[in-house]
Order: sequence, then structure tokens, then C-alpha cells
Amino acid sequence: MATEAALSDAAGSDAAPLKTPLHARHVTLGGKMVPFAGYDMPVQYPTGILTEHNWTREKAGLFDVSHMGQCFLIGPDHETTARALEALIPADIVNLAPGKQRYSQLLNEEGGILDDLMVTRSIDPDEDGALYLVVNAACKDADYAHIEARLPANVKLVKAEHRALIALQGPGAEAALAAIAPEAAEMGFMTSRTMKVAGHKANVSRSGYTGEDGYEISAAATKIGEIWDTLLLDANVKPIGLGARDSLRLEAGLCLYGHDIDTTTSPVEAGLNWSIQKRRREEGGFPGAARIQREFADGVSRIRVGLKPEGRAPAREGSEIATPEGEIVGKVTSGGFGPTLNGPCAMGYVAKAHSAPGTQLNLIVRGKPLPAVVAAMPFVPNGYKR
Amino acid sequence: MAETRYTKDHEYIRIEGDTGTVGISDYAQGQLGDVVFVELPAVGKALAKGGEAAVVESVKAASEVYAPVSGEVVEVNAELEAAPGTVNEDPAGKGWFLKIKLKDAAELESLMGEEEYQNYVKTL
Repeated sequence: MATEAALSDAAGSDAAPLKTPLHARHVTLGGKMVPFAGYDMPVQYPTGILTEHNWTREKAGLFDVSHMGQCFLIGPDHETTARALEALIPADIVNLAPGKQRYSQLLNEEGGILDDLMVTRSIDPDEDGALYLVVNAACKDADYAHIEARLPANVKLVKAEHRALIALQGPGAEAALAAIAPEAAEMGFMTSRTMKVAGHKANVSRSGYTGEDGYEISAAATKIGEIWDTLLLDANVKPIGLGARDSLRLEAGLCLYGHDIDTTTSPVEAGLNWSIQKRRREEGGFPGAARIQREFADGVSRIRVGLKPEGRAPAREGSEIATPEGEIVGKVTSGGFGPTLNGPCAMGYVAKAHSAPGTQLNLIVRGKPLPAVVAAMPFVPNGYKR
Repeated sequence: MAETRYTKDHEYIRIEGDTGTVGISDYAQGQLGDVVFVELPAVGKALAKGGEAAVVESVKAASEVYAPVSGEVVEVNAELEAAPGTVNEDPAGKGWFLKIKLKDAAELESLMGEEEYQNYVKTL
């Protein structure tokens, strides 16, 4: 038997892997540790990915995402900082209200995606002029260098390396967090507040990467362990590894950087039009704006779609996508088994002519055509708190 | 009495006369995690020792299962199609993959016995 390890990667494998502040807890909990983006991370705990996935959909899953990059952009006032960031991303940040969060992408000059990120404007008037960013672990050093090199002199990037980040996701997340931080229950989707969690100051946002309602909690690395332990005292909260994080986000139709989006894909090709607000589409002023405005006006030649194989066999990343006549029209960028869907699901890029939901295509798996249909995403309805 | 022999790649073959039942070891199913799909060969297919015999997919990855010996596939476990998780629950029993008619019983000598395999797994 020979396995292609899909969820570990070689990045940073020549150096000793980094550990998050929760590493010892993962080991104690029986986490199966794998190298991921230069960190030693739990891919699963003893109950396994299926159970962890289903638990998150039904109750509440607790994830350590401290490997992700947290930083602040700090300038003299909101407009100055927002404009500095808008020069690098296509989202409207100037009009982002205090306490609100937005998803966006760092773009290269060709409009390709260098990374995707979350941008939060602090609700605290004393912090006006500060934006909080969360970027991908594997990209963070390159992102910071890219951003720093392009900031005006009056806006600084400050890494928040003393911070850790955890996510509490699932329909039981609100009750579990509100039990120790009552304010959390009042928050709407994609908003952020500062509050005490288990007695420690934390930045809490109502967002995540599973398609479920939930929170991300950023707190001092020295305090995160107590917050983690306190949340796990709730019988509805269980620790969840990176394996289930991947199957949850796949069912939710969410992009994984380096797979579904990268420097060769534009946000329009990736179907992320909703993340580029009207003012930015009209005004441009971000890297690759000419291409992206052209794509909005004239359409794209290929686009990211959901794919549902008809049988039980999953189609993995890299599988070619063909028409029933055998013409290759695209490639799978993420694929696997959806535990909630109780069947395989995938996403990939196809030529625009073959992208309508219901289109019959074949995914080439181990040399054989596997019938599949273009499907709307998310594959599983999301549970966001609107 | 049936004898079970193992490959270094964690397939087992349980010998009954000139036929062997092939599956993956308990260690292998534990490493794979939750099995969600098994692709089995056609009955009648000729397998070569070390060649691909089946595919087993967990939530996280696809793995090839190799033929421990050469021979012809005489039966496959069709139950796995509807219940692939059987591979996790009972790998040595109901989670078997296929039965093979041995071409050359001498090939079994290159495989590990039960005790040797259990010692091998401890070194991993």
C-alpha cells in the first residue's frame, strides 16, 4: 500500500517544524501531528476525520489556527491606512465600518492572487487607523515583505507574533462561547469585538472556514491555552484537526490558497466577484485592475465551479476534467469525500462554456472517466449568523 | 490452518489451499483513517506480485493496494462498495478486498509471517 500524503506538505521540512502555543495540548489530546506550512500541526485526533467533521456540523469544533499570520497595519487614521491597503487588494476598505470584517486577496500586477486574507477594522475608536489582517501560514513571510515594501511612510506593518488564534465552529459555537463571554451571542456574521474570554482579553470575530456559524478568537500566546482548555470543558466542544478543516471548507465551497487560487488565477476566475465591492470595480486602483475590470466587462475564459462525481469515487486535486466527448476542458483543484454530503465533491476550473450547473462532465481518475455534474456551491448549506 | 503473511506495504494474504484472501492490515487501516471508497479489480484479472490490485481512499488521500503475490482474482468483496468503513472496523475479517488464486506458492516465502510483521510494525 502506498499513500500520497495529501494534507502534509514539504514546506519548511528542512528546518525543525515550528510549534504553536497549543502544541503540547495537541500531543496530550492524542493529535496525529504532521508538518504543515512549516508547523507541526494535528491532522486529526484519535476519533478521526469523519467523526470530527460531523461533530463540527452538529455541535462545535475547536481548531488551532495559530500557524496563520496575524498582523496590524497602523496609520494615522482609518482613511490613510485603508487607502494604503486598497492599493494592494480589490476590496473596499475605506467604507468598512468599525467592527466589521471583509474577505479579500493580495493581488500581483497581473491580477493573480498572492494570498487571500481577512481584513478587520477595530470597533474601538482609540484604535482608529489600525487594520487587523489574517493571512495564510505558508504565505505570511512573503505577504509581510510584499506589503511592507508598498506601504507609505506613515503606515506601518506590525506583526502580531505574540498572538495565537483559535476557531470555534459549528451550530453549538454560540452557546459555548457565550457561556464564558456573553457578548459573543450579540455579534453578527463578519463582525469583530474585543472582549474577555475566560478572563483574558481577546479579539473575537464571527467568521470561520467551515461554512458553519462560529468564531475566531485571537489572544495572547501566553493566554490561549487557558481559553482553549476552558472551551473544551463544554461537553459540546471537541478539538478538530486540519483534516476535517479541509473537508469542511471543501463542502462549504471555500477556496484553499495554493490549490483553488494562486498567482495564475484572478478573483473573477475564482468566482470571488462578491469580494470586490462596486466602488473598487469602477475605480480600479489595485494591482491587476485592468485585467479584472476587463474580466468583469467581457467575462472570463475559465471559471471555478463545483463538481459532484456521480459515483462514490472521489476525484482528487490534479484530475483532468473532460467533456463526455473526451475534450479536456479543465482541472480539479480540490477534491475528496464530503462526510456531510455522504459522497464525493470537488472544485476546479473549467472553460466557461462548460461551467453552467447541471453540465455533464467526466473527471479523469486513474485514467478512467468518472461521470460528474457541475454543481452550485456550497455543497452543504452554510449556517452563518446573518 | 490458514496462515497469514504480510508485505512491507501492509497488505496481508491469508492462505487457504491454493487461494489467498487479500486485505490491508490493522496498522494500515489505522494509518489511513476513515476509509470512504474502495476500488476493486474485475474478477478474472491477472495480477502480478507487487502490481496494483485495488485502490483504497480515506477522507484525506488515495492509496494503492498491491498484490502480495501473482495470480488470478477469483472473488472480490462487493460489500465494500456500500460499506467501505468495514475496512476500518474489521480489516482482517469482513474488510477483506479480494481472493486470488496463487500462481506460484513459492512467492509466499518472500512475505513476512505474523510475528515478523508485528515486529516490523513496531519499528515504524
